[in-house]
Amino acid sequence: MSTAALLGQDPGWLILVKGLLIFVFCVVCTLMAVWGERRIVARMQMRLGPNRVGKFGLLQALADGVKLALKEDLIPAAADKVVFIIAPIISATTCFMAFAVIPFTGTVTLFGHKTAMQLTDLPVSVLYILAIASIGVYGIVLAGWSSGSTYPLLGGLRSSAQVISYEVAMGLSLVAVFIYSGSMSTSEIVAAQHKWWFSVILFPSFVIYVISMVGETNRAPFDLAEAEGELVGGFHTEYSSLKFALFFLAEYVNIVAVSALATTLFMGGYHALPGLTFTESWLGGWFTLFWFIGKVVSFFFLFVWLRGTLPRLRYDQFMKFGWKVLIPTSLLWILILATLRVMSQRAVSRIIVLGFSIGVVLLVVLATTLYDRSTAKAKAAAILPDLPPPSFPIPALPGQSMVNHLTIEQTEVVTELENHNG
Amino acid sequence: MLHTSFHLALTVGRTATPEAVQFWILAPLAVIAALGILVVKKAVHSALLLAWVMVTLAIFYIAEDALFLGIVQIIVYTGAVMMLFLFILMLVGVDSSESLVENLKGQRIPSIVAAIGLGGLMLSLLGRATLPAPSVGLQTANAGGNVQGIAKSLFTQYVWAFEVVSALLITAALGAMVLAHSQKVRSPYAQRDLSIARFRKSSLGDAAGLPASGVFAGRNAVDVPALLPDGSPAPTSVSQTLRSRGDIITSAPFALEAIEEQED
Repeated sequence: MSTAALLGQDPGWLILVKGLLIFVFCVVCTLMAVWGERRIVARMQMRLGPNRVGKFGLLQALADGVKLALKEDLIPAAADKVVFIIAPIISATTCFMAFAVIPFTGTVTLFGHKTAMQLTDLPVSVLYILAIASIGVYGIVLAGWSSGSTYPLLGGLRSSAQVISYEVAMGLSLVAVFIYSGSMSTSEIVAAQHKWWFSVILFPSFVIYVISMVGETNRAPFDLAEAEGELVGGFHTEYSSLKFALFFLAEYVNIVAVSALATTLFMGGYHALPGLTFTESWLGGWFTLFWFIGKVVSFFFLFVWLRGTLPRLRYDQFMKFGWKVLIPTSLLWILILATLRVMSQRAVSRIIVLGFSIGVVLLVVLATTLYDRSTAKAKAAAILPDLPPPSFPIPALPGQSMVNHLTIEQTEVVTELENHNG
Repeated sequence: MLHTSFHLALTVGRTATPEAVQFWILAPLAVIAALGILVVKKAVHSALLLAWVMVTLAIFYIAEDALFLGIVQIIVYTGAVMMLFLFILMLVGVDSSESLVENLKGQRIPSIVAAIGLGGLMLSLLGRATLPAPSVGLQTANAGGNVQGIAKSLFTQYVWAFEVVSALLITAALGAMVLAHSQKVRSPYAQRDLSIARFRKSSLGDAAGLPASGVFAGRNAVDVPALLPDGSPAPTSVSQTLRSRGDIITSAPFALEAIEEQED
């Protein structure tokens, strides 16, 4: 029986129980994620991290949460009150909704009912997740706008531009998955990967998805929306107490959500690692949950690792990367993939398929080599001409005079700067 | 499995209880929001109410078995189009309300005529909908699955219209880009150029950056010029913008003589 048919038989109370379990899962994940992130980053920076509250500091996030809730709740005088209150609510509610279609386990027995740990299954599940994500952006944008102050507004604008741009790349990377699994339903995509994970056969799509998921969640190195050095806290600068806690929650739940989606679409979902498929029937099928959570946690570790390793990108570099590298690459990849798919469906002989693949590889190698060469040439041309030594205090040798040797363009810059500074 | 959700759908023309409940909760909210679009003063609030109307419409589509349409409505309209709208509106600022000055002269009569025409059209549609005419085609259209059905009609029967519309949209986008593009007279000064220029000036006084504003322990805000060792204000320590706006506090009370007088 297919998962959708199985889920169709769930009684109402079971659906409620599942909804509750998903909510609890997300909140616990957030608490553990905050603790885990701080501990892991601390290790990477040769520190210990929080280790005082509870065993290994496990309850640190809980203590912080309580402290946050007890803080004074401020609403700036210049803020648009209604929108200011609605914004964190939108953020916090939409982030949970994506989990409705994520398959956590295979077929299991829950309270005597044969079901799967998945709230519902739509024929367009993945599109549903994209739709929810696009509503989630409203929370950030409105928070930035309604605060009535400059830094949050800039943070909100940056964040929305970022999410919209990287959503395009993300959507394109998903197209390859749709083509290969022949479905947009999460459970069927997982089922289609029982032999080969899509992260292997659709490797470029996987890479693009992983990059764009970091961009989509506003995480380092793409956390330009809350760049501390430039924008204070970005869109949540003016938020405090529980409203800020909601944004905090939303950020971490979103990370778990995109990790869960990556697991579902590319890493075989709840399936075991290759060669360990016999474990899938352990504990009456519940052992698949372990595999699922293990994969999600490793994605989360990747997030933390990136944060601990990479410096933040500059905004224009980030946008350029999204629009000029990720999107064209994924379009080209889809074109190649669709051709291969048609070939395999038409049962074209292997030699032609092989020839096509080699041709594509050669073309890519040629194009990148030519591009590298042209950029190297451009760089060589752009290097500043050899300037005579500048006139700042270098003692003049006997018979030498100290003069400013400037090109015409530089003189122009200097005079403009001097005018500017008054 | 695609068929399961459609088997659950009841026969056309009858409304199931959950659907009726959903309708009577969401429809009034949608209508109130739609009226709110016209009534509220701030443009951003109108945009938000419009987004809400779009989301409720999407839920109605989903309830009517048009799952794909509903989801795409949210992604495209609420997620992309409305967001771009908001983008523009947000730059206007929080406290600005809509100006009620009419810029287009003589637009009232044509717009009233158009409104009446549109109203008539809507009324005639409503009249058709309430008549007990049997609606056909939904079940047949969804027979092979909702997504598959749409894909089939989009890429067979309506492929020409589909392509023409996409060509039109691309042309429009390109046109907008060409119109908005402006040729730069010179390339903007990058960090490197500015850095070089700083070191090639006649004086190296500000090579390491301009002096910071404020008088320590007195007042270190951006609007107070710093004091030089002789007690005179450093003009370069405050922003040009603030100075031309006249938002600068004189540093006289912080001058050396003034402070010495206070101490005496």
